[in-house]
Amino acid sequence: MIDFNHVTKDYDENNALDDVSVHIDDGEFIFIVGPSGAGKSTFIKLILREVSPTKGSIVVNGKTVNELSNREIPEYRRGLGIVFQDCRLLPKKTIYENIAFAMEALHKTPKQIKRQVPLVLSIVGISDKADRYPEELSGGEQQRAAIARALVNVPSILIADEPTGNLDPETANGIMKLLEEINNRVTTVVMVTHAKDIVDKMNKRVIVIDDGRIVSDKKGKYDHVEVMQNA
Amino acid sequence: MRSFMYNLKQGSRQLWRNKGTSLTAILLITSMLVLVGVCFIITTNLNLFTEVVKQDYNEVEVFLLDDVTYDDVVLLMQKVEKQDGVVSVSYRSKKVALDILKERWGNNGYLLDTLGDNPLPQSLVVTVESLDYSAGVAEYCGKLPHTDDVQYYQQTVEVLNTVTNSVQKVALIMMAFFVLISIFLISNTVKLTVMARSEEIQIMKYIGATNWFIRGPFMMEGVLIGIIAAILATLFIGVGYYEFQLVYGKMIMSVVQSALVPNSIMILNSGIIFLAIGVSIGAWGSLVSMKRFLKV
Ligand SMILES: Nc1ncnc2c1ncn2[C@@H]1O[C@H](COP(=O)(O)OP(=O)(O)OP(=O)(O)O)[C@@H](O)[C@H]1O
Ligand SMILES: [Mg+2]
Repeated sequence: MIDFNHVTKDYDENNALDDVSVHIDDGEFIFIVGPSGAGKSTFIKLILREVSPTKGSIVVNGKTVNELSNREIPEYRRGLGIVFQDCRLLPKKTIYENIAFAMEALHKTPKQIKRQVPLVLSIVGISDKADRYPEELSGGEQQRAAIARALVNVPSILIADEPTGNLDPETANGIMKLLEEINNRVTTVVMVTHAKDIVDKMNKRVIVIDDGRIVSDKKGKYDHVEVMQNA
Repeated sequence: MRSFMYNLKQGSRQLWRNKGTSLTAILLITSMLVLVGVCFIITTNLNLFTEVVKQDYNEVEVFLLDDVTYDDVVLLMQKVEKQDGVVSVSYRSKKVALDILKERWGNNGYLLDTLGDNPLPQSLVVTVESLDYSAGVAEYCGKLPHTDDVQYYQQTVEVLNTVTNSVQKVALIMMAFFVLISIFLISNTVKLTVMARSEEIQIMKYIGATNWFIRGPFMMEGVLIGIIAAILATLFIGVGYYEFQLVYGKMIMSVVQSALVPNSIMILNSGIIFLAIGVSIGAWGSLVSMKRFLKV
């Protein structure tokens, strides 16, 4: 569950989000769309508590995110999985090691790691690439590995900032199928994207942000034509 | 335990990856630790000398010329006894003086057997009521005939105390400087690794790793630098002090009438001090280097 209550975010003078209120239920699949500079990544960063709101409050999984102390942040983030456009896999580690690393960082035992890593690799469909290095994988496979890493600690919310931004449409479709499958396993998915065709095809709830405000929030197609042209 | 081994493995690997800078930092810190060690050696020995000298605090020793006769001595003793503050006066022959010196040198007393003619003068040992009288009595005795030199220990103790204090002050100031420079050196070395792994750090932050978990390997890298420098410095100090004792030990003993602090004690103590300093500056330096990178 994600709750934004009249959230405003200013970077110094620059207003990125302006009085945004939105409620996202457990298990929903949400698209965040809008032109460049609209405040989409800011929305995500607020959920991750990478930045704090200037005004308003954010409640995620029952925790008031903007009131977390620095010591509480790591524990809070363990409930979230995050995927970036540029994958951010560590180049000197194999795919297996990259994913195991996310578990090591949370003090998981070698036994847990040995059980869980192959499982998520098979969920994202790259079991055969476990011992390759990231540069030996295609863009789509790299993004699958990044999703596997985001899933390995079993988050309740998966957040993806333009995960298909660097991929051709066909590969992107594969990733979307994967995300939908993950969503069906009761993980909330919040995905930022520019791709109109993907949004239209998926027929999920779409939140349109423009100039820091939510201008549309409904299930279905991405029909906010003006916004698309600006993007 | 598992995370200690993880940190140790990561830390030493990082250290190895930056061999050049790590080595420079280690050597510079070693040489600074050696300087601290030299100060430490000087002050502990001065303290020891002071203690030895203090044993004779309330005595004034009046050295007599070799040509003095028995009657002269009796006359002198009578005169001195009448002085204010004098408790007793006794005569110390050349032989007794040598025996006392031998006893004081303890295990090293045999060294004095090699002396040919006894070079020590005969003397009158004047015991005074308290330290305050010693200067007056000494001045009086110095003017008497047949006397050569007067030695009383208040002055010596004062001089030793001043010297010890100033050496300690210099050592403290040096230490402060040294700690700052070392922290800078270590933080610079560790920062190289931190920057090389900033992406990894960021990912760990997003995953929800605690700051202490992320810091672990980097702390270990800094602490390892400190420990290696401490070990090297202890070796240098140990060997250097041993050589110094071989060459100058006898000479110092004859001048200040006290043995030097033994090598084993010196190595043990400076080793502990170096390790404590090395570990703390190592940890501190790494913390400084990471501060900026942990904000996400
Ligand atoms: N760290 C920052 N400091 C100052 N201004 C910022 C910062 N991050 C974002 N902004 C500003 O906030 C506004 C919203 O940025 P944000 O990154 O949320 O946009 P976006 O919708 O993700 O855009 P894009 O589609 O290009 O990724 C922009 O005007 C941007 O310049
Ligand atoms: Mg963005």
